[in-house]
Amino acid sequence: MSDNRVIVVGGGLAGLAASVRIAESGVPVDLFSMVPVKRSHSVCAQGGINACNEIARQQGYSEYEHFDETIYGGDFLADQHPVLEMANWAPKIIDLLDRMGVPFNRTHEGFRDLRLFGGSLFKRTHFAGATTGQQLLYALDEQTRRYETEGKVTKYEFWEFLWPITHEGRCVGIVAQDMRTMQIRAFRASAVVMATGGCGLVFGKSTNSVICTGGAASRCYQAGAAYGNPEMVQVHPTAIPGADKLRLMSESARGEGGRVWVPRKKGDTRNPVDIPEEERWYFLEERYPAYGNIVPRDIATREIFDVCVNEGMGVDGQNQVYLDLTHRDPDYLTVKLGGILDIYEKFVGVDPRFTPMKIFPAVHYSMGGLWTDYTPGDYNPDAPKPGHKSGSPIPVDAQKGHGLTIGATNNMMTSIPGLYAFGEVNFAYHGANRLGANALLSCIFDGLCNGVSVVNYIKDVKEEAPQGVFDEAVRSEQAKHDKLVASTSGGTGDKAYNPYQIAKELGDEMTAASTVVKTGPRLEQAIAKIGELMQRFGKVELGDAASWTNQSLSFTRATGDMLKIADAILRAGLLREESRGAHFRKDFPERDDSRFFKTSVARYNPETGKSDIEFVPVKAPLVEPRARTYGKSDTKKETKETAAAAS
Amino acid sequence: MSSTEALREHEAQERKANRARAKAGRSVIFKIIRCDGPGKPSRWESFKVPVEPGSNVISCLKWIAANPVTIDGKQTTPPVWDSGCLEEVCGACTMVINGKVRQSCSCLIDEYAPLEGDTITLEPMSKFPVVRDLWVDRARLFNALKRVKAWVPIDSTYAQGAGPKESPEHQQTRYRLSECMSCGCCLEACPQYNIEEDESKWDESFIGAHAISQARLFNEHETGKRLKGERLEELSDKGGVGDCGNAQNCVKVCPKHIPLTESIGAMGRATTIHAIASFFTGKK
Repeated sequence: MSDNRVIVVGGGLAGLAASVRIAESGVPVDLFSMVPVKRSHSVCAQGGINACNEIARQQGYSEYEHFDETIYGGDFLADQHPVLEMANWAPKIIDLLDRMGVPFNRTHEGFRDLRLFGGSLFKRTHFAGATTGQQLLYALDEQTRRYETEGKVTKYEFWEFLWPITHEGRCVGIVAQDMRTMQIRAFRASAVVMATGGCGLVFGKSTNSVICTGGAASRCYQAGAAYGNPEMVQVHPTAIPGADKLRLMSESARGEGGRVWVPRKKGDTRNPVDIPEEERWYFLEERYPAYGNIVPRDIATREIFDVCVNEGMGVDGQNQVYLDLTHRDPDYLTVKLGGILDIYEKFVGVDPRFTPMKIFPAVHYSMGGLWTDYTPGDYNPDAPKPGHKSGSPIPVDAQKGHGLTIGATNNMMTSIPGLYAFGEVNFAYHGANRLGANALLSCIFDGLCNGVSVVNYIKDVKEEAPQGVFDEAVRSEQAKHDKLVASTSGGTGDKAYNPYQIAKELGDEMTAASTVVKTGPRLEQAIAKIGELMQRFGKVELGDAASWTNQSLSFTRATGDMLKIADAILRAGLLREESRGAHFRKDFPERDDSRFFKTSVARYNPETGKSDIEFVPVKAPLVEPRARTYGKSDTKKETKETAAAAS
Repeated sequence: MSSTEALREHEAQERKANRARAKAGRSVIFKIIRCDGPGKPSRWESFKVPVEPGSNVISCLKWIAANPVTIDGKQTTPPVWDSGCLEEVCGACTMVINGKVRQSCSCLIDEYAPLEGDTITLEPMSKFPVVRDLWVDRARLFNALKRVKAWVPIDSTYAQGAGPKESPEHQQTRYRLSECMSCGCCLEACPQYNIEEDESKWDESFIGAHAISQARLFNEHETGKRLKGERLEELSDKGGVGDCGNAQNCVKVCPKHIPLTESIGAMGRATTIHAIASFFTGKK
């Protein structure tokens, strides 16, 4: 199959890892990205990348434990086989990145340094300053450039993916548009890998880059690909509020000793450094004595939200709490966290080495994404293991068994044959909540491990799709494009049909209804609101008719696609009448395994333009669900009981 | 304190002072160069933009895009600009602001235009061809990374154990160099780096500080060193390190404070040594 090519859409960690792996096997790769790949959103990842390592191993940690933490952290919603395989690969992935020249921080003796991260009691997070994502992306960008000079990878940068082309049920290429010339054309491929990241912009302001609309994923979903767990969207506990975006303050700030607190006295206006220790409320440490400030993200987020919104204890009466590093040595902080502390200083104008930071939760990561399949490996115990306790001996040989059958052609393939989903756009791995420093791992794992599956798949692809299929796909996209351009003239001028206004209302509604705390009635209200926005979008009026570098057009098109994803997020959230991981329903505050130990699978209904949701049992043969408490001490309840007894 | 550090400190003090006197509820005038495409004439357009605390150039550009009416009440098109992460790690949103090249995301309005009616000018970088308005095509910058083979030539992606051990000091040196986000500030400020639209001339025109520094980065890596000779050959060639005029503007504008002049010095010496060694070993 010498003329078989693979298209990779997206040049972040997942897309580049896939490109390198596939090109290395001798298959030519066409790599599409809306930005020069070195500027992909992966650069924003700060904290690190998790893997079992020799020190942690001698302390009782293992790949199995990493797997178990990830499942537990994700509140048992992830299918378990791929997670085990990912944890098994993690140490090898770190070694490979090390060989590629990633400047991982070092110990005095020259070994890779490690830091503590949320959801683990072991140091198992490798890092390069506080810009680990940037450093990993650069390493893969460099390897991709190397293959580019050898003619094995062809880059299409500033090209936007518009639609997957299918023929006889298989994906045979894509339609894409040059963002400068606005040319729309079809590209043939034997397989297509979507590595297009998350959909943070559905929520308006988030920690995501401006390109993270989820538009590409939405187009695949509208073309018939199933979408898994759309309602599972991570709200990161610590972000810097801002006018244009909410900038991430890495979890590593807590991993390196950062303490979260508010003044015990409501509305205390004193300078935080003047507030004595006993007048500070370290609410995470108080409520979670074992994990303290390094509880997983969903828990930290809800506690911060609770303290600010429900108890009104936020700093300066606003929705913000202190994240305090001032007790650490400033020079130590510069070495370990320099990059992120500089960001804070740059955007807020205050040096966090000497003044506590003010932070609040922000939408950060989509655990949900295109639904994908896999073939399990040889590690399949007859019965799931009982609750695994952190640091206890691992099940015999567990880490040696394979979670996945390596190279099986359906690994991480979407419901459309030949269309794969890698990285954040893939729903696998993180269940209902992602652990910090597991995202970089899952992206690179997808590319390296499942890139092999793509190569194997195209070996069996023989028939050629007729040219008419591609011409028709281009015609269809051109028609949608022309309709949008035509809307610039003869419009009403009414702001209701302004795409930026529609996008803003979408973001505001989604943030209000479907982030930290959700309820049935509020979700229903939001579904109605999205319906209204969809109607208005049908009459959208574009502000720029240019046939050259028309950014408004690209943004407007993505807005329409974001509405479709928002509908799926809300409907799945409404039907999931339980609380699990990032999905917290105030009206159903407990996890309900009897009804919802299930993946929500959303399918686009072209008749209604809405989402049909189905619940499918989680594939969980390796470890049984257990209560996810992170050792919380119920101080509030105790206080109430003590007070009642006293009165 | 070096002159670069003194300059940075002075600028930081100035920004801080502006922030302290920034007026709430004010409007700021944005003067923006507009250009509809390559070869098209450019023109200035001005916009009056309401400023909130924490506003930056990006949030103001977004406001203008949603309200594309000039100060004279003329309806126009939303301005076009390049942006990505908005936290100064991707390098995309680089432009010339009030005459100085920098990232627009980290440019806080309070620090640059603290008073009612203060003006901020936005221009595209001048060393790269304009695509439209403030968006330029920096493909030549990435081509320079190919010229110096800015990668570690690993055997394959199969598991073959860990990479070389490294001291923390050496890691810190490499990490600083590795923070280069290919934004192009050093090229915009460089008097020796000129716009070149003809792609066939890229391999012979001045490669720029960023790529020289990347050559140093990869020469510092145990495996990266295998290509050291080829990198130094490229830097000795036309458009290499010899074209540097030692203006030292690059290091002053680098948003990541990368020691670019130090890299240029190191690569200058290395190419000399390489040339002498090649002469005595008869390789050249």
